[in-house]
Amino acid sequence: MAELSNPTTSIDIRPENTPVGVEGAGFFATKLDFAVGLARKNSLWPLPFATSCCGIEFMSTMSATYDLSRFGMERLSFSPRQADLLIVAGTISKKLGPVLRQVYEQMAEPKWVISMGACASSGGIFDTYSVLQGIDRIIPVDVYVPGCPPRPEQLLEGIMQIQELTQKESVRRRDSPEYQAMLSGYGLD
Amino acid sequence: MHSNIVHPNLKYLTPAIEELRSKIDAKLKQRFGEGYLSSTIDYDFPVFFVDRDIAIDVLEFLYYDSEFEFTFLTTMCVTHYPDKDNEEFEVMYQLHNMPNNWRIRIKTALSKESLKIRTATTLFRTANWMERQEFDFYGVQFEGHPNLKRILNMDEMNYFPMRKEYPLEDARREDKDNSFFGR
Repeated sequence: MAELSNPTTSIDIRPENTPVGVEGAGFFATKLDFAVGLARKNSLWPLPFATSCCGIEFMSTMSATYDLSRFGMERLSFSPRQADLLIVAGTISKKLGPVLRQVYEQMAEPKWVISMGACASSGGIFDTYSVLQGIDRIIPVDVYVPGCPPRPEQLLEGIMQIQELTQKESVRRRDSPEYQAMLSGYGLD
Repeated sequence: MHSNIVHPNLKYLTPAIEELRSKIDAKLKQRFGEGYLSSTIDYDFPVFFVDRDIAIDVLEFLYYDSEFEFTFLTTMCVTHYPDKDNEEFEVMYQLHNMPNNWRIRIKTALSKESLKIRTATTLFRTANWMERQEFDFYGVQFEGHPNLKRILNMDEMNYFPMRKEYPLEDARREDKDNSFFGR
């Protein structure tokens, strides 16, 4: 235990690697993309859209044992307008579809989406007339987390994948014709 | 060990329940004559079958009658029996007498050609959402309902999903690949 509590050997606390750049006395120069990516990666504000048991696992992920705040997510945003990351956790019925879509539309760019669990990703066991068979029918999804429900470790893995995407994303990606075409494919332009 | 298997109905049948059934049975016969059809006991529920046209009158009678006072509508539901000719749909009202803790059910049959019945909202305000739900799932028209529209399903739905008239699954669907979903 003594080893774990020592910051130099702790596996939990790992300083962010400095991006590639030019360093000198009192200054550091790097690409804007790298600096912005670094900032975005470590300050994602998630908006939980939790409708069922996946929501319970998400709450567990937030708690001290798994500690979402290690990823710069100390503050959950319960308003879509300040959120960067939409975590859809649970069954989305067809009637709820337009609500989810409106929440997504209210989020400011840049925004990312995690589809957590079998129901959000594919309808799951609810292969029935009233349930949306995967949220990617109405909004674009960046990372799918499998499981029914996924354990907190799996969700953390999904969040770390989102962080990877966030860090590497060009600041101009959201203006690209490909991205606009993808949005218009969902009727979101 | 289980040589004396009894029908589940009999397990719940107590003299008090049979007494309640015969008392209401006599009253309904006297009051409604031919419109009142028959009665039975399902588990511990006395059940009374009545004609569609007088169903709400029966509820009203049992509500205001000083002996019965069934002033609480616990629940109601519709059932689809696709093989029963001219009686494809059955509406059930479950009533409760609070002072004596009596529970009874009123049932009435509807044909699919004339799928309508008077609303119970004039008597029980709680019937508002219950009837909306039954309309939503079975398409029964409750005449006189103040706001008869879908309540649980999306408004765009153009069929009544709980009717037993659909194949269990559309064999042509392509949205779920068996190799991924283990079916």
